[in-house]
Formats: sequence, C-alpha cells, structure tokens
Amino acid sequence: MPPFTWAVHNLLCRCLSIPISAWFTLLCLFIIVPAVLGGCFSIRSLYLRTLLKIFEVSLIWVPNITKKVQNQNPLTSLQQEIRGSASCLCSDHEFDMADIFYFCRRGVESIVDDEVTKRFSAQELESWNLLTRSNYNFHHINMRLTLLWGLGLLTRYGILLPLRVTLAVTGISLFLFLTTLVGFLPNAALRSYLSEKVHMMGYRMCVSSLTAIITYHNRENKPNNGGICVANHTTPIDVIILASDRCYSLVGQMHRGLLGMIQRGMVKSSPHIWFDRSEVKDRHLVAKRLSDHVADKTKQPILIFPEGTCINNTSVMMFKKGSFEIGCTIYPVAIKYDPRFGDAFWNSSKCGLVRYLLSMMSSWAIVCSVWYLPPMDREEGEDAVQFANRVKAAIAARGGLVDLIWDGGLKRAKVNNAFKEELQKLYSKVLVGDHEDQSERMEIQKKKDSTTRQ
Amino acid sequence: MFILFESLDRDNRGCLSPDDFEALGGLAMNPIGGRIMEAFFSSGQDTVDFSSFVRILAHFRPTDRNRNKEGAQQELPSSRTRKLKFAFQLYDMDRDGKISREELLQVLRAMLGLQVTEEQLQSIAERAIQEADLDKDDAISFDEFKKSLEKTDIDTKMSVSFLK
Repeated sequence: MPPFTWAVHNLLCRCLSIPISAWFTLLCLFIIVPAVLGGCFSIRSLYLRTLLKIFEVSLIWVPNITKKVQNQNPLTSLQQEIRGSASCLCSDHEFDMADIFYFCRRGVESIVDDEVTKRFSAQELESWNLLTRSNYNFHHINMRLTLLWGLGLLTRYGILLPLRVTLAVTGISLFLFLTTLVGFLPNAALRSYLSEKVHMMGYRMCVSSLTAIITYHNRENKPNNGGICVANHTTPIDVIILASDRCYSLVGQMHRGLLGMIQRGMVKSSPHIWFDRSEVKDRHLVAKRLSDHVADKTKQPILIFPEGTCINNTSVMMFKKGSFEIGCTIYPVAIKYDPRFGDAFWNSSKCGLVRYLLSMMSSWAIVCSVWYLPPMDREEGEDAVQFANRVKAAIAARGGLVDLIWDGGLKRAKVNNAFKEELQKLYSKVLVGDHEDQSERMEIQKKKDSTTRQ
Repeated sequence: MFILFESLDRDNRGCLSPDDFEALGGLAMNPIGGRIMEAFFSSGQDTVDFSSFVRILAHFRPTDRNRNKEGAQQELPSSRTRKLKFAFQLYDMDRDGKISREELLQVLRAMLGLQVTEEQLQSIAERAIQEADLDKDDAISFDEFKKSLEKTDIDTKMSVSFLK
C-alpha cells in the first residue's frame, strides 16, 4: 500500500519537524534567556526531588547491601598510647619493646586505609546514584536495577548531554566573541562595566549548561574590591560557580588547549593573572603582581585557591602561604558539592579536561552550597602560616569538611621528610621527657582529678 | 580485601612491588615504614602476591576472644604469638632469630631520628637489653621478647579494626 505508507511518512516528517523547531524555541525561551538574565525556576528543585526519590526506590530493590565498615577510631595520639593509663604520667616513660607496636599499627592502617592518598581519588558513595562511574560496590544485582540504570543512561546521554553541550558551545563562543569586542573599546570605565556584564553572562550560561544548582549562603559577606577571596578547590568548575555571583580576577596556572584559549580570551577585557607553576622566577613576579592588583581599590577582588590542586571535597588540605603574606583582607568561601547527583572532583591524573567536562555534563546535576564567610585579617603577631591555618579551619568548619595538615602537593610529589620528623619528635619527647610538658600535664591531670571527684 | 589489593596495585600486574607501597603517603611518613614494607616481602622476592598480602594483614586481625567461666577475656595463644612474631621481625632485620644490640639501636634511630643524641640512644638500648636479656648473651631471642611483653595487651595495640 504505497500511498498509505507515503502518507504516514509525510505525517511523520511533519510531526517531527514541528517538534524540532518547537524544541529550539523552547530551548531559547526557557534556558538561554533565563541563563543570561540569571533567573531560576522551581523546576530544578522538582527535578532534584524526583531524582532522590528514584535513588531511594532503587536502594529498596537491592537485597542487602553490605555497607563498608566505617573506621570509627579517632587517631589515638602517640602520647596516649605509649604512656598508657594516666597513673604513669608522673614518671618518665622508659623505652619498652612494645613501643614499636604503635608505629607498626599506624603503618598497617595506612596501607589498609591511607588518610592522605584517598583524598586524591573520588569519594565513595553509600548508595548508588545510577552512574557507572560511582559504581564501586554495586555489581550486577538484579534486572530491575540494571533496567533503571539503562533508562537513566538513555536520559543522560540522549537528552541531557546534547542539550548541555549546545548550551555550553553557544555560551563559550558568545563569551569569547563579546570579550574580544569589549576589549577594543577605548573608554576604560565603559569597558570595565561591559566586561563585567559579559563575564557574568558567560558564567551564568556555563552554570546552566552544567545544570549546576547552587545555593549561596550569607551573601552579605560577598567579597569587596581590593581583597583576596580564598576557597577550597575541588574542580575548575569552582571558578564558574563563584564567578557567576560576582566578578573576580583569577590567578592560576596557564593551561594548554581549550582552557588555555579561554584564559587568553579572558585577559583581553579584564585583568587576570596567569603564570607557570614550575617557573621559580614567576613566583616572585606573581606575588608582586598580586599585591599591586590588590592595592588598586577599583580592581575586582582576586580569587585564589591556596591548596594549589584539586582535592576530592571531603577535606581541606594545607593552604600555601603565598597569598596570606600580602597582608590584605581575606574573604574565605567554603564550597561543598553534593555527591549524590554527580561527582564534581577532577582527577587530573586520570582524565583530561574535555573528558572531565563531558562526564560532568552527563551526570544528573551538580548541586553545591557556597558559604561566604566574614572577612578575616591577619592579627598582630600572627605569621602567614598561622593565618593560613586559621582561615583553613574556618572554611573546613563551615563546609563540613575534614581539616588536614597534609600538602596537596603530595598528589604529585613524594612525601616530605618533615612529616616523618614530626612523629620522631613526638616520640622522643615521650621517651626522653620534656620537663615543661611534664609539669603542664601534671597540672592538667590534677585538674581532671578534681573535676571528676566533684 | 581484594579491592584494597587492586587499588594498591598501580600497574595492575596482579602483585605489589615496593613502588606501590612507597606511594602511600601515610606509610612513607612512618619512621619504620621501610621495615613494615619489608615484612611483606618474603626473603628474596621483590613482589607480593595476593595470598601473602592477606596472610600478613591477617596478623592484625582483632583476635576472637574466649570467655572462660569467670567471664574474663583471654586471647587465643596462637594469634598472640603470631603478632609477637611479626613485631619481632621488625626488630630482627637479618632474620637470625635474635635482636642484637646493633639491630635495636637501628630501630631506635629510625623511631627517634636526630631528635636525641647518640649517648641517649645507647643508654636506652643498653637499658632495654639489660631488662629483657635473661640468658645474658647480649641479644634478645624470641622467647625473651615474648617474656618481656607478657603483661602487654598485644591485641589492642596490634589490631587494625577494619580488617574483619
């Protein structure tokens, strides 16, 4: 029946073409325009709630999940362990063959569950969020789960990914075009005003292209001009998330490829500071440039990530003191990602930027909270390192992250001997006896005894 | 456990080499990290396969305790001996069955680094040997080692809780 099939064929084409054009109009209306203007819909929260419900349901389907036994032991301090009970606090502890057990145990613990190295790989989830990449313990369990996962895969790669990619591509090209245009303007005031608007538009488009759902807290503490903004670093997307709320001048490593191109484009219309990490001379130059920029009150605040590298968002690692030596007001910001909808951590040793972005765009969503903390200044008698630690502690406390003293540089380099020395120092204090410590401890012990007696 | 082994095995050869251990930050900053590492490698070989890995980590399993009639807890003697043997190996580098004065000094030097003087080290080692060395042969054998640690609660000190 050729005429019949021809009619159906015709009808089908008609039907399809209408949806495609409608799709484009819808895209423009509901996504691009609000993205530019910075509006948001309650559709997003509805979307998240539905996703969570689906995850909960999928959890019920799994017969019995063996949850990983969490290590509940706090790190028993060397002194507590070796000195033993409080009763032998009065005398010097003598060397006992058993002392080696402490070190031995610590060593094996670090083999089984390394505190430091595990911060450099993605966080493990307690329940599965239907993304294969976060599938550590859940192998093929039953048909329903696999079906659900397949459906999720289809939605993510078939619907969400193309949408997001088109958005991103339009956004970035528009951004590059406009920044170059603005860079040609002669009038400095107009140029800075327009460049700010253009930057914000670019960032907002990027944010919606990733379906990043951001909650800002304490907006009154937003950074002002002439300061430095510090935040914990999980991914390059941190920049986009912070910069969609306020314009910053960025400082960072000059990359190659796509990111390098974007970096070069950005410099044309507003002052950013890019440098090469391995250049030692560059470091002094950078410090000078930073202090010059900060001194100029009309310039935007600088955004710095003092950890120096991406950490997996369960902890905050050592802050490098460089930015704290300049001596201006620091505006700390804490960023925490919700891992249930997509893991935002970039493991740069595992995948390059483009692959990372693709995987970001094919996750469900990127949900994060941003807390603006009140500004901090360096106090009298505090050196840069102590100041850095104080800021780090504040950020960790606000974001619910673990505060660690380790250096993010451990990701790339081997362990510094300084840490080994620290442990050795502690142990030697225990053995050989530090008399000041001793009398202090005896006083504390006396106080403890008196309070327990009451 | 196998997942742990796999995650440590960076080049995916099915066995662990010294590099894999050295990459662990926590182990590298442990003063006796090197010795612990060597305990995994049995004599002559330079790789650790999965079964030896598990066997050694089993030393650190919290022991099952028997309750006798009075309700007090006792450790199983064999597991305690195993743990002691492991610790003994950490001291006894040349595996001759005795901890000589020199070996003890080496361990002390590792644990204390440059924080104490040589004389202090010597005196600590001297004292330790005098206390533990019962047959006065200037070295500590395994039995003497065991005797000196009779009263210590090995189980708590040498157990890593998340190994079940």
